[in-house]
Amino acid sequence: MDEIAKVVRDYIMREYLEEGDERTITETTPLISGGIVDSFSMVSLLRFLEKKYSIDIPDECATPEAFDTVDRIVGLVRRFQKAEVVRG
Amino acid sequence: MAFADTVRQRYQADLQGIKAAGLFKEERYIHSPQSSEIEVEFPAGSAIRKCINICANNYLGLSSHPEVIAAAHAGLDTRGYGMSSVRFICGTQDIHRELENRLTAFLGTEDTLLFPSCMDANAGFFEACLNEQDVMIADRLVHASIVDGMRLCKAMQDTYKHSDMRHLEEKLQEHQDKRSRMVITDGVFSMDGDAAKLADIVALAEKYNAMVFVDDSHATGFMGKTGRGTHEHCGVFGKIDVITTTLGKALGGASGGCVSGRRELVEMCRQRARPYLFSNSVAPVIVAGALKVLDLISVSTDRRDKLEWNARYWRGLLKEAGFDLKEGDTPIVPVMLYDAKLAQDFARDLFDEGVYAIGFFFPVVAKGQARIRTQLSAAHEKQHLDTAIAAFRKVGKKHGILGLDN
Repeated sequence: MDEIAKVVRDYIMREYLEEGDERTITETTPLISGGIVDSFSMVSLLRFLEKKYSIDIPDECATPEAFDTVDRIVGLVRRFQKAEVVRG
Repeated sequence: MAFADTVRQRYQADLQGIKAAGLFKEERYIHSPQSSEIEVEFPAGSAIRKCINICANNYLGLSSHPEVIAAAHAGLDTRGYGMSSVRFICGTQDIHRELENRLTAFLGTEDTLLFPSCMDANAGFFEACLNEQDVMIADRLVHASIVDGMRLCKAMQDTYKHSDMRHLEEKLQEHQDKRSRMVITDGVFSMDGDAAKLADIVALAEKYNAMVFVDDSHATGFMGKTGRGTHEHCGVFGKIDVITTTLGKALGGASGGCVSGRRELVEMCRQRARPYLFSNSVAPVIVAGALKVLDLISVSTDRRDKLEWNARYWRGLLKEAGFDLKEGDTPIVPVMLYDAKLAQDFARDLFDEGVYAIGFFFPVVAKGQARIRTQLSAAHEKQHLDTAIAAFRKVGKKHGILGLDN
C-alpha cells in the first residue's frame, strides 16, 4: 500500500468506523456502496484530502463513485496534485 | 406532448429497478380514523380487516381525540377552510400568532414561526440563518429533512459519529476558525429510538461557543416530566438555541411544523426561509386543533405518563419473548431483524395476525440493520399490547429468531 493509500485508509478508519468495529479496509473495499461512508458524511473526507494535499477537488468530481474505494480516492488525489503542479 | 414512449420506458425501467431491489413502497388504505385499532385494506381491493396499529406517530393518542376534533370543527366554522395565501401576504390570522406564542411558552424558547411541516422548517432554516462563514456539525443519523436543509445552505458541512461526544468535540475544535458553529441533532432519533445526549452537547457548545439545533419531532409532547421535549428530559430546558418540531406526530398528528428558538433566528426565518415565504399558511382548522392539543397536554401529564408506562411494558414483553431490541427509553422500540427480506416477511406475517407494523431496511437504515420499528401510543390499552405480543411471538417462532441474542 503506498503512502497516500495508507493516509486515506487511516483517516477513513478513524473518521467512519465505530470503536470496536473490526472491519478491515483495503484498497478495494467498497466504502459508499458498502455502507461504510455515506454521501452525507463524505464531505469531511473531501475536506481532509483538500487540506492534507493542498488540492482543490471540484464538486462535480467528488462523486460517490469517485470515493467508493481507497484506490479510486488515491487516483483522484494524484490527478489533482498534477493539476495543481501544472497550474502552479 | 413530450412524454414519448422512450421516456415512458425509461421511467418504467427505473420503477422496475426499484421493485427488483425490494425497495418498492406501497400504500395501505385505512378506512377508519387514526387510532390504536384501525381498519385496513391491503392489498388494494382486498377485504377490510381490523388491526392493532403499532407504527403510528400518534404518541399521545390525540389524532382522533373528540375535544381536538370539536376544536377543529369550531376553527373551521369561525376561521374558514383555507387562507389562499402565504403568511406574509394575507395568510396570518390571530390564531396563527396565538399558536406560535403558545408553542414558545411550551417549548421554553423566545419565539416561534409555523411552517407547513417540520420537513419544511428543516429545509428552510439553515439557508436562512447561516452562510459560508459558518459551519454546521451534524450527528450522522439526523433526519433526511435536515440533510436536505444542510445541502441547500452554503455553510460548511461536517458530521460526527452518532452520539459520539469525543468525535463532536474534535470537530468543534477543528472548526474554531469559523465565524459560528452550529451543532445539529435530532432530539429522539426516529429509527433507533434513542435520545440525543443533549446535556453533553450543550456543555460542549458552551465550551466551544457553538449554537445547538434540535429537531424534536419525535419528542415534543411527551419526553421530559411535563412533555416539553428532549431538552426537558436531559435537564437543559431553555438552553437550546433552535428547536424544530412538528404538529404531525404527538401534537394531534395532522400537519404543520415550526422553528422555535432565539428571537433573531426565528425572525431570519420569517424574512428568508423559502418554505415559509413560498408556501401556504397552515390551515385554520389545524391551528385550532393544535391549540386544543396544547390545552390538553398543559393541564395534565396523564397521556405522556401512560405512554411512558406502555413503552416500558411493551419493551419488557418483547425482551421476555426473546427479541433483540435497540436499547432506549422512548416510545420508539425497534425490533432488530438485521435482514431486509426477513423484515418484510415479518411485517407481512404480523399483518396476517392482525398487527400493523412496518419493516425498515437499507437505505432507510444502515445495511444489515433491518428492523421492525414499533411505536407506542397513549391510545394503546394493555390488552392491545398483550394481543400484539402474542402475534410477535407466533411470527418470531415461525422465523426461528426468538432468544438468539440471549
